[in-house]
Amino acid sequence: MFRNQYDTDVTTWSPAGRLFQVEYAMEAVKQGSAAIGLRSKTHVVLACVNKANSELSSHQKKIFKVDDHIGVAIAGLTADGRVLSRYMRSECINYNYTYESPLPVGRLVVQLADKAQVCTQRSWKRPYGVGLLVAGLDESGAHLYYNCPSGNYFEYQAFAIGSRSQAAKTYLERKFNNFTASSREDLIKDALIAARESLQGEKLTSSVCTIAVVGVGEPFHILDQETVQQLIDTFEIVREEETAPAEPEAAAEQDAATEQASGADQGGAGNQGGADQGGSPMDI
Amino acid sequence: MDSIAESQRTLYPYVTGSSVVAIKYKDGILMASDMGGSYGSTLRYKSVERVKPIGKHSLIGASGEISDFQEIQRYLDELILTDNMWDDGNSLGPKEVHNYLTRVMYNRRNKFNPLWNSLVLGGVKNGQKYLGTVNMIGINYEDDHIATGLGNHLARPILRDEWHENLSFEEGVKLLEKCMRVLLYRDRSAVNKIQIAKMTEEGATMFPPFSLKTYWEFSAFKNPTVGAEGSW
Repeated sequence: MFRNQYDTDVTTWSPAGRLFQVEYAMEAVKQGSAAIGLRSKTHVVLACVNKANSELSSHQKKIFKVDDHIGVAIAGLTADGRVLSRYMRSECINYNYTYESPLPVGRLVVQLADKAQVCTQRSWKRPYGVGLLVAGLDESGAHLYYNCPSGNYFEYQAFAIGSRSQAAKTYLERKFNNFTASSREDLIKDALIAARESLQGEKLTSSVCTIAVVGVGEPFHILDQETVQQLIDTFEIVREEETAPAEPEAAAEQDAATEQASGADQGGAGNQGGADQGGSPMDI
Repeated sequence: MDSIAESQRTLYPYVTGSSVVAIKYKDGILMASDMGGSYGSTLRYKSVERVKPIGKHSLIGASGEISDFQEIQRYLDELILTDNMWDDGNSLGPKEVHNYLTRVMYNRRNKFNPLWNSLVLGGVKNGQKYLGTVNMIGINYEDDHIATGLGNHLARPILRDEWHENLSFEEGVKLLEKCMRVLLYRDRSAVNKIQIAKMTEEGATMFPPFSLKTYWEFSAFKNPTVGAEGSW
C-alpha cells in the first residue's frame, strides 16, 4: 500500500472507489498479534497470542468479558479495543436492566458495526483501528462474529485475525467441518493448535497464549494460566507422538544437507546435534 | 415535577376498565376481562377491548384509565416494530415485555405523572409460560394466576383454591368464567360482556365476546341485610 493523494481524509474517495483511511485501519488490525476464534454447536472458544513489549512488562490484555454470555478478543490498537469493549458492556447491561434478558449477540454486533461505520463517514473522526472477534450465546445457539474497522461484520465457524493469522486460518480451514459437533475439550485443543500455528515455531506456553470459553451453561470466562499450561502439556505430548516417525528422516536429511540454513526447529536441533558430535555439517 | 405543567399531570382517571383475571394452564395462558369502560359510576362504553396480543408471544390486559392503556399500546407497537426490524432470529418474549413495562410505569411514577393502569402480561415462549403484573406505582410480580383491582379480592381466593398445574383449556375457561361471574355480581363497574383470550406456543386467539348466565333468585339476595345489625 503506497501513499497517494486520496488517503488524507477518511471522507475522500479514491477514483477506484476506495476509502484508503479505512483500509489503513484494517492494516493496523493485521499488525496486531493474533486472535483466534472457533465455535461448535454449544461452545465458542477464543485464543490469543499475547506479546509483551519486553521481559520486564506484563502482557497486553486482549480478551474481554462483555457479559455472562458474550466475550470479545481483539487485534490491533488495544486502546480502541478497550473503548469498544466498554461500549459493549454498557449496551449489554442497559438491555438487561430494561428487559431482564441477555442482549442477543447478533444485535450487539450490528450496533458495534454501525458505530464503526459512523467513523468512516465523519471528517473529524478516524476509524477504530481494531478488529474484534465476538463470541457469544443466544437463543439461536453459539455464534462467532468478526467486526472490521470498516463497519462490516461477518459470522464465522472459525476465524483468525492479526499477524501470522494465515497459518492459523489454514489449519482451521482443514478442520472446520468437524467443529459443529466438537466437544468442548476438542474445541479448546483445536484453538491451542491454531495458536501454535501462528506462533511459527516459537514455543507454545500459557504465558504466551490466553484462552477463553463460553458455552451452554458455562458463562464466559478466561481460563487461568495453570489450566492452560496443563492443556498444552497434554496436547504437546500427543503432538510429539505424532511427529516421532518423522524425526529419523529429518535427521538423515540434516546430515546430508550442508549449506541449507533451515529455520525449522528440527533443522536447528540437527545442527547442534552435529556440533555435539564433533563437527557440524557446515564444517565439512 | 416542575417541568410538567399542573394541567398535564395525571391526577385522577376518567374512563376506567375494571378487573382483569389471568391464569396459566396446560398449553399456555388464559386471560379474561369484561368489555366495559366506566365514566365514574356510569357504565358508559360497552365494547372496550381490554385484552390485546403483543408481538408473537404475549398478551396484555389492562384495567384503569383507558386512554393510558391506548398510550401503552402505542409504546408497545413501537417496541415490537423495532424488534421486528432487526430481522434476526430473536424476538422479545413476555418476560422482556413485562420488564420493559415495569421500567416505563416506575419511571412515570417517579415523575409524579403515572400511567393510571394495572397491567397483566402473559405469554409463552420456547415452551416457557410467563404471567406477571405491573401497576401504576411500579409494583410488579409474577405468579401462576394474576388479577387486578377487585379481582384480587374476589377472584384470587377462588384461584388459590381451585387452580392447579395442567388445567385443560375447558377447565381453565370454566375457572375464569366462575371468577368473572363473581365479579359481575359483586363489582358495580362490571358489565356482562366478557372477552377471553388464549396464548399458546402457536399464537394468540381472541375469542368472540359472550355474556355470562346469571341467577338473581338466591335467597341471600332476597334479604341481604338480614342478620347485619344496624344495616338496611
